[in-house]
Amino acid sequence: MPIEVLMPALSPTMEKGNLAKWLKAEGDDVKAGDVIAEIETDKATMEVEAVDEGKLGKILVPEGTQDVAVNTPIALILGEGESASDAPAKSAPKKTDSPAKPVAGEDGAAASTGKPAEAAPEEMDVPEGTEMVATTVREALRDAMAEEMRRDPDVFVMGEEVAEYQGAYKITQGLLQEFGARRVIDTPITEHGFAGVGVGAGFTGLKPIVEFMTFNFSMQAIDQIVNSAAKTLYMSGGQVGCSIVFRGPNGAAARVAAQHSQDFASWYAHIPGLKVVSPYTAADAKGLLKSAIRDPNPVVFLENEILYGKTFPVPKLDDYLVPIGKAKIARPGKDVTIVAWSIGMTWALEAAEELAKKHIFAEVIDLRTIRPLDMQTIIESVKKTGRCVTVEEGWPQFGVGSEIAARIMDEAFDYLDAPVRRVTGEDVPMPYAANLEKLALPTAAKVIEAARAVTYR
Amino acid sequence: MPAAAKADKADKSVSRATKTAAWGKEQELKAYREMLLIRRFEEKAGQLYGMGLIGGFCHLYIGQEAVVVGMQMALKDGDQVITAYRDHGHMLACGMEANGVMAELTGRRGGYSKGKGGSMHMFSVEKNFFGGHGIVGAQVSLGTGIAFANRYRDNGNVCLTYFGDGASNQGQVYESFNMAELWKLPVVYIIENNKYAMGTSVDRSSALTDFSKRGASFNIPGEKVDGMDVRAVYDAGLKAVEYARTGNGPFILEMQTYRYRGHSMSDPAKYRSKDEVDKMRTERDPIERVRNRILERKLASEDEIKKIDAEIRGIVNESAEFATNDPEPDVSELYTDVLR
Repeated sequence: MPIEVLMPALSPTMEKGNLAKWLKAEGDDVKAGDVIAEIETDKATMEVEAVDEGKLGKILVPEGTQDVAVNTPIALILGEGESASDAPAKSAPKKTDSPAKPVAGEDGAAASTGKPAEAAPEEMDVPEGTEMVATTVREALRDAMAEEMRRDPDVFVMGEEVAEYQGAYKITQGLLQEFGARRVIDTPITEHGFAGVGVGAGFTGLKPIVEFMTFNFSMQAIDQIVNSAAKTLYMSGGQVGCSIVFRGPNGAAARVAAQHSQDFASWYAHIPGLKVVSPYTAADAKGLLKSAIRDPNPVVFLENEILYGKTFPVPKLDDYLVPIGKAKIARPGKDVTIVAWSIGMTWALEAAEELAKKHIFAEVIDLRTIRPLDMQTIIESVKKTGRCVTVEEGWPQFGVGSEIAARIMDEAFDYLDAPVRRVTGEDVPMPYAANLEKLALPTAAKVIEAARAVTYR
Repeated sequence: MPAAAKADKADKSVSRATKTAAWGKEQELKAYREMLLIRRFEEKAGQLYGMGLIGGFCHLYIGQEAVVVGMQMALKDGDQVITAYRDHGHMLACGMEANGVMAELTGRRGGYSKGKGGSMHMFSVEKNFFGGHGIVGAQVSLGTGIAFANRYRDNGNVCLTYFGDGASNQGQVYESFNMAELWKLPVVYIIENNKYAMGTSVDRSSALTDFSKRGASFNIPGEKVDGMDVRAVYDAGLKAVEYARTGNGPFILEMQTYRYRGHSMSDPAKYRSKDEVDKMRTERDPIERVRNRILERKLASEDEIKKIDAEIRGIVNESAEFATNDPEPDVSELYTDVLR
């Protein structure tokens, strides 16, 4: 049987890539370890090596093909005496279900065609007729930083691998080339120290963007974020504050286990003196990061690795800002309010789509900012629907959902027709095994179940 | 820094030599006056604490006055200062008003932080004093960041970053050392070694008690200084500040000093003998040393010195008066200054 060469994944969250180049032609002999092709993602270019010996029988995906899904057969290697026609029927190029694929449904499909993933109402301040450009969250974040660095010489970015390596997740790609080493600064692996250096620079009026390679490592630095960044304005009677953004990927990526899979939304949202932002779409990522950089206060900006490669429409405007502290109705509905943000929106929107088929019309609120919390938007929706489900990846105890539930009791108790339900990550450290990890995370199915429970349907 | 000096960087780290250039009348009297202000201020703060007018923690600087006064005299306008929680002396040395500092201690609206910071958290942007930080060692990263900003802006300023022998064992101190030397930041680290980290003597807390060598792994030069002699502090300070200002990177000064009082007001200081404290007070007191020098060299008469003493008492008494009578912050201040 001919051996299929599959499109490999370069990272736990990769879903697709481009087949940049074939280095072997059909009919060439290959040995295990020979580089046969180059593939690229928006983060990196990698070589594909043959794992078996034989003849490159057939190239199934020609070079230059974009968005080839992980695990798609891209070529056949023939053993002695075999021909390409011996190939199994399923080896025609098609998108296969990949176990690494973290989210299914409309969003993933849309991303792979480069089309807008979102049918949400547009931001109010986008003029009609504005061109929308399909942009990944990764590019949107980079564009936001680049625009703000062009606008204000006091803005700089520091962190591990942000400069020469171009960002561990390629968020800072190209910034070193444009702004130079003075403003794009590689730090040693020293989160506590460089967070403090950033805050100190911020005290003098500079506007640092401090990148944590992931927010898991921000626990090393949390004293500087909480005790120095958040509290100094108050402790100085308003004299000394800092305009600083702490940003990086937050929450679970895929298969990286307990120490690298944690949601810090409720941790930082607990702290007066901080703002906490966590966007879902690329447009919000761009507009909110620009607002965060300009904000005179410390802002914790929680990104999500799985969303980095997702494509959304971003308005082509010179200066697109999204206000901090304003939630957005991502999908209007009348039967139940679903409050989510960041990656939680993928489950919420998928659930809403499914629920609609059962004639349960959910209103999905994309919170976007966790602190200050836009309770007004939530309360208005709950007054309409009488029911609320919150969705978050973090643990249940003292989570953002718990706070929202308490505030709804305070402010809209008489409008509730059912207790608020929380969909959260399970109350365990993140397991590594694929099946257990899946169980530990929220899913659209859990959101659907909660929505049906509160609507008694 | 000349090439020759750079070559013997390693030697410098063990150098104990601090030559004291002769000071004129103006400098000696200034040092005397500034140190005396801190001494009298702190004594008064201790009194007010005893009367219940000052709450919480109150860490007095009595005994260590020569360190901040000598260092401040080595600075230029625009240079910044940051320290930990034993900070009253640093603020007065920076030129902050006694009234504002004392009123902050009593939690009044005329305090430097409107009464919302207290003893450990005071700031003055005008005087380039960046706190006043309550978390041991945090100010070292912050001060390194202020130096980073100086470098970013290329403004020629130096940040003095003070910390104690206790903070010297915090991890972020070394994270900061590494970045400061890597990026040649204009920062002088001043380790105020008063021999006790709260109640633990340096011998019981530190594997290497020569703090001037604590930058050795990062190639940061250091020097031990007699922190009870304001002229020695000044001389070492001038050299270190110049070194940092001219692009050579950080410099470490270990100030060998002593606090007469306990760690805080609630510390009976039973971990050391009364003799040890008395010996330091009678033999090495920084204020007496300057006073004697002034009189020996006849730079001023007893009467002139008494006049200074009276003037200082006046300032301190007025600050106590102000801090006692100034109203507490308006209740509306509870919710201000959380965000800008």
